[in-house]
Amino acid sequence: MQKSLHIDPGKCTGCLQCESACSLENEGLFNPAKSRIKVFTFHEEGRFVPYTCTQCDEAWCMQACPVDAITLNPENGSKDVNADVCVGCKVCTIACPFGTINYNASTGKVVKCDLCGGDPQCAESCPTGAITYIDSDATGLDKMRAWASKTDNAGA
Amino acid sequence: MAWTRKLLRVNLTNGTVAEEGLNMGWANDYLGQRGLATRYLVDEIDPQCDPLGPDNKLIMATGPLTGTNASTAGRYSVICKSPLTGAVACSNSGGFIGAEMKMAGWDMVIFEGKAASPVYLHIVDGVAKLEPADDLWGKSVWEADKALHAKFQDPQTRIALVGRSAEQGCLYAAVVNDLHRAAGRSGVGTVMASKNLKAVAIRGTQGVGNIEDPKKFMETVKAGKAVLAENAVTGQGLPTYGTQVLMNVINEVGALPTRNMREVQFEGASKVSGEAMHEPRKSDGKKNLTTNGACFSCTIACGRISTIDRTHFSVKDKPEYWINSGGLEYEAAWALGPDTGVDDMDALTYANFLCNEDGMDPISFGSTVAAAMELYEIGAITDSHTGGMELKFGSAEALCWAAEKVAKGEGFGKDLGLGSKKLCEKYGHPELSMTVKGQEFPAYDPRGMQGMGLAYATSNRGACHLRGYTAASEILGIPEKTDPLHTEGKPGLVKAFQDATAAVDSSGLCVFTTFAWTLDDIAPQVDAACEGDWSPDRMLEVGERIWNMERDFNMKAGIAASEDTLPKRLLSESANSGPAKDRVCDLDKMLPEYYAARGWSSDGSITSETRQKFNLPG
Repeated sequence: MQKSLHIDPGKCTGCLQCESACSLENEGLFNPAKSRIKVFTFHEEGRFVPYTCTQCDEAWCMQACPVDAITLNPENGSKDVNADVCVGCKVCTIACPFGTINYNASTGKVVKCDLCGGDPQCAESCPTGAITYIDSDATGLDKMRAWASKTDNAGA
Repeated sequence: MAWTRKLLRVNLTNGTVAEEGLNMGWANDYLGQRGLATRYLVDEIDPQCDPLGPDNKLIMATGPLTGTNASTAGRYSVICKSPLTGAVACSNSGGFIGAEMKMAGWDMVIFEGKAASPVYLHIVDGVAKLEPADDLWGKSVWEADKALHAKFQDPQTRIALVGRSAEQGCLYAAVVNDLHRAAGRSGVGTVMASKNLKAVAIRGTQGVGNIEDPKKFMETVKAGKAVLAENAVTGQGLPTYGTQVLMNVINEVGALPTRNMREVQFEGASKVSGEAMHEPRKSDGKKNLTTNGACFSCTIACGRISTIDRTHFSVKDKPEYWINSGGLEYEAAWALGPDTGVDDMDALTYANFLCNEDGMDPISFGSTVAAAMELYEIGAITDSHTGGMELKFGSAEALCWAAEKVAKGEGFGKDLGLGSKKLCEKYGHPELSMTVKGQEFPAYDPRGMQGMGLAYATSNRGACHLRGYTAASEILGIPEKTDPLHTEGKPGLVKAFQDATAAVDSSGLCVFTTFAWTLDDIAPQVDAACEGDWSPDRMLEVGERIWNMERDFNMKAGIAASEDTLPKRLLSESANSGPAKDRVCDLDKMLPEYYAARGWSSDGSITSETRQKFNLPG
């Protein structure tokens, strides 16, 4: 079963536990500035939205890379950057429609979410269930259930 | 480790910034944040200095856990001598700026002197610069925050600011960070403004590392989070209702101070409660509460994000307030509501927005308005003073008007900005000021909660619930239930809460964790992060050392032990309803035993043995 990160912004409180966990896993430090997942706060609307790579099948970043530094991880479906091959040209950052692959000036390479090799720490650390790692084929199930519960079939 | 071991010293008179090593000997004795910064303050200022003069210093300090992923590890404190009380001021705030300071590589920033004209400090990692802020002076916190973010083109920069109330000399002005979190009490914002320092903007990209034992740290952090999630208060009550979960509870036990503490129960409490914030409004069907929001790293998320009803008189012509922002927490809701007799949720939310927008401590503001309302009722304050506004208990219009006036320091707002004590003295009725050592009471009536009476009387920053929250034990049964109406055992309980809280306030963690955590949960996290052995006993010892140091400073500042008392109203006018009916606060039954438990002499002075035991400074 392939799994995907599933994000429910309505449950997010903006605590940044996910950013701390991501940066610890990937950079060895608590450093939200270097996190692959970002929580955006829309203060005046009272909304918090975590956002990260969704691991597209036809990944724009992977297609655009001129040196094939981005490859499919067949085990969990993530598109991983091979830092040894990456030349830091940033073409992938232009190609990605979502902005979820980014250049790291201190290393001269790009970085993106690699699902922590199949154990994404953002989901692990999220205290509210806003970020979960679930069956890719069933990411809509909770929403379906919620709407189904509101369906009135009394008149049927 | 966990500390960055670096502090930034900013001399505003000379316009210089300099890096210094952190005094690790002191860190061993005082941990960080509240304790360590106060140790610096005690070392560097004359306790008798003018709080609003250039000789006072202002310290912004993080704790060793600030910036880590321990739950609630985003706290920082602002420490200085208070213009409201003359005592040590230490106000704690969450949000994100504390963690950002640490991410930028600094444990604390010490401001000294006074700038010749308005400035702000801009820190980007290891580089700190003082920049002109003439264009920001005269702007509210929200306006100046917006202007700075537009200038930096960086939404990730975290900013702490003072508002117009501080610029105008309101004595209970706060330092507001991240728009609606605040180092609220004792006028720390007034001191910041007195130095012509409008804002501190920080961007940190270096991260926090230096964890002594990373594996053990992650284990203890994970265990701690599980305890918070499973606890009824931190896992359910606070996320759902915020601290406002208390409004109806405290009213029922007859300890909800009402109309300047004349009464102990408010007939309109349920209308301004946490539960009411979940009720759909008549006008638009929306709730006051939009969602709950967390501070950095917090897995509790008690913060309220609220809106005001657009049809409410306070905002119907002001679309700029038709937004979501920080909503009512319990202390603010109480001071703005029951204490002024106002039961209009939208008026309270509007006044709370203004307290955030222009940096007033809502506890002191609301309590001062309550005192003014009583002065108005007896005719000591008249329409000629207020310019025609009828300052009546229960008037939502008067409350909103007062918030606007204090925010801008206009007209009668100048008098209200003096705080309850100086206001009541000015109008000839000092007995109507509900304060200890010049600071206004929070939301627990000592007649219905005897332990809180002792905690208020002996708090080192004047009346305050966050220096020894015995309400946890007296009402909620944490860590064990004690009878709120009895004094037995309270001196020891107050001391234990005061010492433990001083340690938590020095760690980078939030004191709200202690609804679920004891030092047995907290010390292992500190121990894993920091070098040395941090047992619960050592944490308590550090807390007691901090308490004695603060007391020592206050006595040197000229605050006598005779000020360890409560307003006469609470000692001699008995509660008129509820479980505490016919009770007063029996402070005299508790104070001598408290002094003895502290190792102080019967006149409240610190003995040479106690001084020696904790190796108190000079």
